[in-house]
Amino acid sequence: MNEYLTFAFRNLRRRGIRSWLTLLGVFIGIAAVVSLIMLGNGLRVAASAQFGVSSTQVISVQAGGLNAFGPPGSGVVNPLQREDAEAIERLPGVEFAVPRNIETVKAEFNDFQIIGNSISLPAGEEREFVYEILELEMEEGDLMAKREQGKVLLGNDFSHKDKSGFERAVESGDKLEINNKTFRVKGIFKKKGSFIFDSMILIDDDELNDLIGYGDDVDVIGVKVKDRDSIEVVKEDIEELMRDRRDVKRGEEDFEVSTPQAALETIDQVLLGVQIFVVLIALISIAVGSIGIVNTMTTSVLERRNEIGIMKAIGAKNSDIFLQFFFEAGLLGLIGGIIGIIFGLGLGLLGMNAINNFIGSTTKPQIDFFLIFFSLLGSFLVGSISGVLPAMKAARQNPVEALRG
Amino acid sequence: MKKPVKKPTKKGKKVLIDLKEVFKHYHLGESTVKAVDGIDLKISEGEFVSIMGPSGSGKSTSMNLIGSLDVPTKGNVFLDGENIEHLEESDLAQLRGRKIGFIFQQFNLIPNLTAKENVMLPMVFQGHEKYEREERAEELMEKVGLQERMDHYPTQLSGGEQQRVAIARALANDPEVILADEPTGNLDTKTGHMVMEFLNKLNREGKTVIMITHEPELAEEHSEKIFWLKDGKIEKATKGKLKRRR
Repeated sequence: MNEYLTFAFRNLRRRGIRSWLTLLGVFIGIAAVVSLIMLGNGLRVAASAQFGVSSTQVISVQAGGLNAFGPPGSGVVNPLQREDAEAIERLPGVEFAVPRNIETVKAEFNDFQIIGNSISLPAGEEREFVYEILELEMEEGDLMAKREQGKVLLGNDFSHKDKSGFERAVESGDKLEINNKTFRVKGIFKKKGSFIFDSMILIDDDELNDLIGYGDDVDVIGVKVKDRDSIEVVKEDIEELMRDRRDVKRGEEDFEVSTPQAALETIDQVLLGVQIFVVLIALISIAVGSIGIVNTMTTSVLERRNEIGIMKAIGAKNSDIFLQFFFEAGLLGLIGGIIGIIFGLGLGLLGMNAINNFIGSTTKPQIDFFLIFFSLLGSFLVGSISGVLPAMKAARQNPVEALRG
Repeated sequence: MKKPVKKPTKKGKKVLIDLKEVFKHYHLGESTVKAVDGIDLKISEGEFVSIMGPSGSGKSTSMNLIGSLDVPTKGNVFLDGENIEHLEESDLAQLRGRKIGFIFQQFNLIPNLTAKENVMLPMVFQGHEKYEREERAEELMEKVGLQERMDHYPTQLSGGEQQRVAIARALANDPEVILADEPTGNLDTKTGHMVMEFLNKLNREGKTVIMITHEPELAEEHSEKIFWLKDGKIEKATKGKLKRRR
């Protein structure tokens, strides 16, 4: 057994460039599978982080319309109203319904001005709820108390000189001018790995309303359900209520009620589709690789007829010959697989880095050991299965004719 | 596998190779090539026999039959009492590997194995343990005077050296018969002479040696019995200069 492997290895080395060309197909296929599955898994994690909300008890309600760009709720024809939130809160199964506004503001610090996103922070109990659903943790300073005003809470980007936009890191206690009104920084959050949340400015609802004047218009209503198991029922209740209030028919809704799971599922479906497509392409590449192995091994049997004859003359059983060629083909596949995995992991890491840089997330690449194990096993199988026919051909050579060359 | 039956001859020596009324005919389109056309011969333990004949005389085919690499179209070949016709291909290969050591004109070493690994190969096929194979291969390489060349590949060796490695390989499973097909055909006179001396030495040590050659002087000089082949038949059997000293 050991001898056959050594033998197989020597033969591959002897054929040099031809061996490398042969394993190209398997290599490309495996590299594609490994890198794309890795990227897909990474994207999934990154995408869930972007929601910033991992609580499964939260439903968000948004008005539909022209909000393809810009923050949620902006550019909407028929925005949600504060009264909508109050009505939702009266539904059974709903604990809170918190109206939230996301506005573009001008912030000034250290003689630099930036345009940033400001999120309204409701007062009272609901303020705690917002803290809770956003799962905010402090890097420095403290959260604002229930009715505290004149202060702001900042996303983590503000604590970095190069990311704040002010050419200087902001610290808690610093004064910040927002739309020409001075606020004191109460605290800065820990990094969340989401470009929306890491650059946000949280301001008391009434104060933000004073600055912007959105009145009773609401961008998003965050709803907390009493019982997480009833989330789907509550979601339907909200949809029913909103259809009523906005006078639209089922199927023509100009608003959206979504749960984090639903959003994640959508992403999952898209990613799954992409992954299936890529794996199909990779399988085609592997199939082509497998044909390449069959071809190379068949040629190799013809070239080594004399050798086969010698081995049979000195006592090799048919199975001895078969195993040699079989292992050789398997090894071709396996080496292709190993190189493919190394390349795939490298590509996956590079890809994850690019994604992280692009959306400002900090997702760690996920190395899936099952994937690696099955890629190795699969590539060996592809190789050895491709080798079965040539190996049988080799084993069946007549010693006399084979010796003649 | 049934136990091989020992067939004593008049002198009490065991018959190792026994060809009985053996034919090997090939069909080439309409015509029939009678490569071997009714051969009877017995080769006993300890003999040095040459099979002589010009090209086209059926030498190669007889060698294939004697070496049980091929089966006859008619007649029977017995290898150490075993009718090879009754054996499965793989069983025959195993028996051949144990009983016969081959030496070829072209040396026929496996190019991507070192000299020592080439010598170990027949033992691999017999399922010997690695340490046994190594020990035996080293011993044999020393015997043929190539202990310094063990890790060289065939292409790094001269023709004479390659043929000595081939001899060592032929001895790996300690076979009773050495079957040499034109062993000096690809060597210069001096090296050829050395190889022949070696074959004679092995014969003195008790091995049965069968040499296929087209050179009458070589056959006369080194063997005790010569079968002269012509048109697939044994034309005559003569005695060579080698005397049995037993």
